[in-house]
Amino acid sequence: MSLILLIPLFPLIGFLINGLGFKNIPKSLVAPIGIGASLLSFVFAFIAYSEFKNTGEVIIVKAFDWITIGDLNIPFSFQIDQLSILMLFIVTGVGTLIHLYSAGYMSHDAGYGKFFAYLNLFLFSMLLLVMGSNYLIMFIGWEGVGLCSYLLIGFWNKNSDFGDAARKAFIMNRVGDLGFLIGIFLIITHFGSLEYTQVFEMAKQYPVGSGIITAITLFLFVGAMGKSAQIPLFTWLPDAMAGPTPVSALIHAATMVTSGIYMIVRSNVLYTLSPVTLNVVAWIGVATALVAATIALFQNDIKKVLAFSTVSQLGYMFIGLGMMAYTSGFFHVITHAFFKALLFLGAGSVIHAMSDEQDITKMGGLWSKIKITAVTFLIGTIAISGIPPFAGFFSKDEILAHTFAHNKAIWVLAMLGSFITAFYMFRLFFVTFTGKFRGTQEQEHHVHESPLSMTIPLMVLAGFSIVGGFIGMPEIFHQPHFLENFLAPIYEGSESVLPGFGNLGISHETEWSLMGLSVVLALVASVFAYVVFVKNATIPKDSSELSGVKKILADKYYIDDLYLKIFSNGTSKLSKGLYNSFETKFLSPLVNSTGTLINFAGKQLTRIQNGTTGYYLFAMGISIAFILVFFLGLDVLSFFKNILGGFSK
Amino acid sequence: MLILILLLLPLITAIAIAVIPGISGQLSKNIGGGISLVNFLIFIYGLIQFQKGDTVLLDYSHVWLSNANINFSLSADGISQVLLGLVTFITMVVIHIAGSFDYKQSSLLYILILLTESALIGVFTATDIFLFYFFFEISLIPVYFLALKWGGENAPKITFRMFVYTIFGSLLMLSAIIFLYTKGQTASIQELAITGKALPKNVNILLFLAFIVAFGIKMPMFPFHTWQPDAYTESPTPATILLAALLSKMGVYGLLRIALPLAPIGWNQLGIYIVILAIFGLIYGSIIAIKQNNLKKILAYSSFAHMGLMAAGILTGNLSGTQGAVIQMLAHGINVAGLFYIVKIIQDRTGSRNLEGLGGLSQKAPVLTVLFMIVLLGSVALPLTNGFVGEFLLLKSVFDYNNTLGVIAGLTIIFGAVYMLRMMQKAMFGQLLPANENILDVNKSELMVLVPICLLVILFGMFPNLILNSTVEAAKAFTQLMSNI
Repeated sequence: MSLILLIPLFPLIGFLINGLGFKNIPKSLVAPIGIGASLLSFVFAFIAYSEFKNTGEVIIVKAFDWITIGDLNIPFSFQIDQLSILMLFIVTGVGTLIHLYSAGYMSHDAGYGKFFAYLNLFLFSMLLLVMGSNYLIMFIGWEGVGLCSYLLIGFWNKNSDFGDAARKAFIMNRVGDLGFLIGIFLIITHFGSLEYTQVFEMAKQYPVGSGIITAITLFLFVGAMGKSAQIPLFTWLPDAMAGPTPVSALIHAATMVTSGIYMIVRSNVLYTLSPVTLNVVAWIGVATALVAATIALFQNDIKKVLAFSTVSQLGYMFIGLGMMAYTSGFFHVITHAFFKALLFLGAGSVIHAMSDEQDITKMGGLWSKIKITAVTFLIGTIAISGIPPFAGFFSKDEILAHTFAHNKAIWVLAMLGSFITAFYMFRLFFVTFTGKFRGTQEQEHHVHESPLSMTIPLMVLAGFSIVGGFIGMPEIFHQPHFLENFLAPIYEGSESVLPGFGNLGISHETEWSLMGLSVVLALVASVFAYVVFVKNATIPKDSSELSGVKKILADKYYIDDLYLKIFSNGTSKLSKGLYNSFETKFLSPLVNSTGTLINFAGKQLTRIQNGTTGYYLFAMGISIAFILVFFLGLDVLSFFKNILGGFSK
Repeated sequence: MLILILLLLPLITAIAIAVIPGISGQLSKNIGGGISLVNFLIFIYGLIQFQKGDTVLLDYSHVWLSNANINFSLSADGISQVLLGLVTFITMVVIHIAGSFDYKQSSLLYILILLTESALIGVFTATDIFLFYFFFEISLIPVYFLALKWGGENAPKITFRMFVYTIFGSLLMLSAIIFLYTKGQTASIQELAITGKALPKNVNILLFLAFIVAFGIKMPMFPFHTWQPDAYTESPTPATILLAALLSKMGVYGLLRIALPLAPIGWNQLGIYIVILAIFGLIYGSIIAIKQNNLKKILAYSSFAHMGLMAAGILTGNLSGTQGAVIQMLAHGINVAGLFYIVKIIQDRTGSRNLEGLGGLSQKAPVLTVLFMIVLLGSVALPLTNGFVGEFLLLKSVFDYNNTLGVIAGLTIIFGAVYMLRMMQKAMFGQLLPANENILDVNKSELMVLVPICLLVILFGMFPNLILNSTVEAAKAFTQLMSNI
C-alpha cells in the first residue's frame, strides 16, 4: 500500500476514535489524538512530496474501483502533483495549527471530543477533495466538507438560530453542488471519463470557445459559487460564523472556501478554452469583492467583518482566475490562508479575552492588555491591506496587474475594493485595540492573554503572513517566482491550447506604477481610518442608528431578506399550498370519487345488492377486464379453454 | 432448489404456527425471528454459491399446467438476488421491531410477516407471468391485515382504500397479462417479451398503460399515490416498513421485468411522458414533504419522491438508470426501514411523532442522534453513503435521456436536504421540552438493528461495486432487450 493513502486515512481514524468513543475517551487523550492525526498527515505530506520530487512525474495511486457502470469506471484514487502537494501543505499545515489552537479554545466546552472528531472528519473530506484524481472523488470531498461545515456551524445546536445558519449553509452549498453534478454529467457524456489526466488530454482537441466546454465550466463554476461564497450564493458564509471560532478560521477562511479556486486551477485547461466563462468568473468575482467589502464597512461584529472580508478576498481570487492568472489566484489562496487564519484566530483570542463579547463597539483599548494577540492581529491587518512586504501585497498585486492588462473596468473596481478593504480592516483594528475600554467592569477584570496553545499558532501564522509572499516575487524584483515555476507543469494543457495564455504583457514601468498606486491607496486608507477612529475616536454605530446608504450597507443590501422572502417563504407557501389545496382537496377526493363512481355504477348495473364489498370489487375487476379484452379484440374463450384443459389433466 | 426452500420455509413456518395449538405470541416471535435469520443465511449461502458459478441453486422449475404452458418456475439473476437480500434482511428487522414495542402480541403478527416474506420472494423470482401475478396479489393481503389489526383508529378506512386501489391496478394488469398470454400461448415472461414486441402499436400502448397504472399504484407514482401517505402513517411500524421498504419495490421491479419488456413499443411511444410524470412526482413529493409536521408523513412523501426517481431511471432504459434503480431499491429499502424504526423509537420515548412535541432530543439521546444522522445522510444521498450511488446514477440516466429533465430532477438533492435537515433540527436539536426531560437513549435491542443498518449505509456507499458488478449482467440483458425495438 502506498504511503500516500495514509494521508487521508489518519484523520479518518482520528475521527472514528474520537467519534465512536466520545463517551469513554478521557478528555486528556482527545486533543492528542485529534492533533496527532492532523500532524501525521502533515508529515506524510512531506513524504509524498519527496516521493514526487524523485521523479517529478504525476503519481496516481488507486485504492480500489469505486463505481463501475458499463464503460465508465470511476476509481477511488489519488493524484499527487504540484497542485495537490501545495494544497496538502496548506490544509494539513494550517489544519494542524488550528487543531492545536482548538485544544485551548474549546477546553471548557462539553462537546470537546465531538469537536475534535468533526475537525478530523473535515480534514479527511478536505484531503479527498484536493487529492482525488477525478471529479467524483473531488465531489465526495466537496460534499463532505459541506457536511462538516454544517455540523460545526450547528455545533452548539441548542440554539436554533445556529441550527438555522447551519442548514442555510448546507442547503446553499447543495444548490452549488447541483451545478457541479451537472458539470460532472456533461464531462462523462463528452469525455467518457472523469479522470483529470484523461479529461484534460482530450480537452486539448477542442477549439477555444467550444460551446460544450463553456457549458461544463459554467456548471462547475456554479459549484464554486456555492462553496467559495460568490454572488449569488454568498450569504451563508457570514451566518456560518455561528460556529466556534477555530472552525471559522479553518473551514470558513483558510481551506474549504478556497475549494472553488482549487477546482478552477485544477481544470485550468477547460477554463482557458472558454473565454465566456472566464469573463463570467471575473465579473462575478469583482461584484462579490465590492459588495462584500462595502458591507464590511458597517459591520460591528468582529467575526462578521472578517467573514465579509473573506467573501471579498475570495472575489479577488476569482478575478485573478478570470484573467487566466491561475497562479496569481492560487497565490492569493496561500497568502490568504495565512493571514485570514491568523485574523480569525486572533479574533477568537479577543473574544476569549472579552468573555465571549463579539461586538467591537464594546471593546477598545485592548492593545496593552493582550499584546501578543494585538501585535499579530496588526500583522494580519497589514497583510490583508496589501502593504509591502507583507504576504497579501504580493499576491493581490499580481492579480491587479493581470487585471489591468486584460480589463480596465474590472481593474478600476478592484482597486476601489482594495482601498475599501484597507479602510475597514484598519477600522476593525483601531476600534478593537485602541482608545478606551468600552466593555463592562466585569469584562475588564477578566481580560487576559490566551494560553500558549492559542498564541503559538498566532505567532507562527503571523510569521507566514510576513514572509509568505516571498514565494512569488514579481519579475521586476529579479527574483525567481518560485510558485510560478513550481506550478508550471499543471498548465501544460492551457499552454498547448492557448500558447502564452498567462503572459502579463505590460511594461516594467507600468508594473512599477501600478504597484506604487496600490501601496499609496492602502496607506491612504489606513491613515484615513486612523484619523476617523483614533484621532476623532469615532465609535461605529449600530445599523438601527444609521440611515441612507450606510443603513443599506449595514443591512447587507437586504439580500438576506430578499432570499428569505423569495426562496424560503416561497417554498413554504408552495409546499403548504400544494398540500392543502391540491393534494388533499383535489387529487385525493378525485381519486376516491372515481372509486365510488365505479362502485355505484357496478351496483346499479348488476342489481345484485348482497352488501359484500368483495363482490363489488370482483364485479368491478371483471368488468374492467372485459372492457379491456373487448377493446383489444381478444379471444377470451381460448384462454379459459386452455386453463380448464390444464386443470382437467 | 435452494430458492424453493427460501420461498417455502417462511410459508411452512407460518402454517405451522397457525395450526399447532398453544403457540404463544412470545414463542412465535422467537420462531419467526429464528426462521427469518435462517432464511437470510440460506440466501447468503446461495449468493456465495452463485458467485462461485453454481447458478442451479437459485433456479427452480416445475411444470404446473402443462396444457396451458404455465410453469411454477423461479429464478434469481443478479437483480433478483439484490431484492432477495433486501427481503430476507428487512424481514428480520420487521420481526425484531414487532416483538419489541407495545404491539398486542399474538402469533398472528408473525404469521402475517412470514407470509409476506414468502410472497415477496415469489414476486422477485417468478419467471412465469401467472406465478408473478399470483405472488404480486397475495403479498398485499397479510400486510393489509397487519395494518388493519394493529393500526391506528383510522386504519380500517385507510387500509381499505389502499386495498381497493391496488386491486384496481392489479386487475388492469391481469387483463393485460391474459391478453398477452392468449397471443403468445406461453406464460414465460422471457418468451412473452417476443410476443409483446410483435404486437401492433396501439395494442402495445394499451398494454403499457395497464402495466404502468398497476405498478404506478404499487410504488406509488404520481398521481396514483394518494393512498400512500395515510397508509404509511396509520399502519403500525412493522407494516409501514413492509410497505415502504419492500412492497413498493414490487412496482419498480414490475416496470423492469414486465411493463417495459412486454410492451416495448408502448414504452417507446409513451415512455417520455411517464418519465415526466415520475419526475413531476419526485419534485411534487419533495416539496410537500418540506412543510409536513408528522414524522411519518415526511418519510412517506420522501419515500414517494424517491420512488419517482427510481421509476424514471428504469423508464430511461439505459444502463445507469437500470443499475441505479436497482442499487437505489436496496439503499432506499434499508434507509427507509431505519428511518421508520427511529421514528417509532422517538414516538415510543416521547409519545409524539409530531415536530411540535419534539426538539432537543440529542441532549438526552446522543447515540440515537448519531445513528439517525447516518441514516438520514444516506437518504439525502451524501457521497460515501448508500443513497449517493443510486441517486448519482439515476440522475445521470435522466440527464442523458433529456438534459432539461435531468436538471429538474436534480432539484431533489436540494429539496431532500431541506426537508430532512428540517426534520433533524426540529426533532433532535434546539430546546428540549420539559416533558421529554427523562427520555432514554437507544437500548441494546435497538442497537442490534440500527447499527447493522448504519454499517450497510456506509458499506454500500464505500463499495457500491459489490452490487453494481453482480447486477451488471442482468441489467445489460434488460437494456439490450429495450434497445432492439
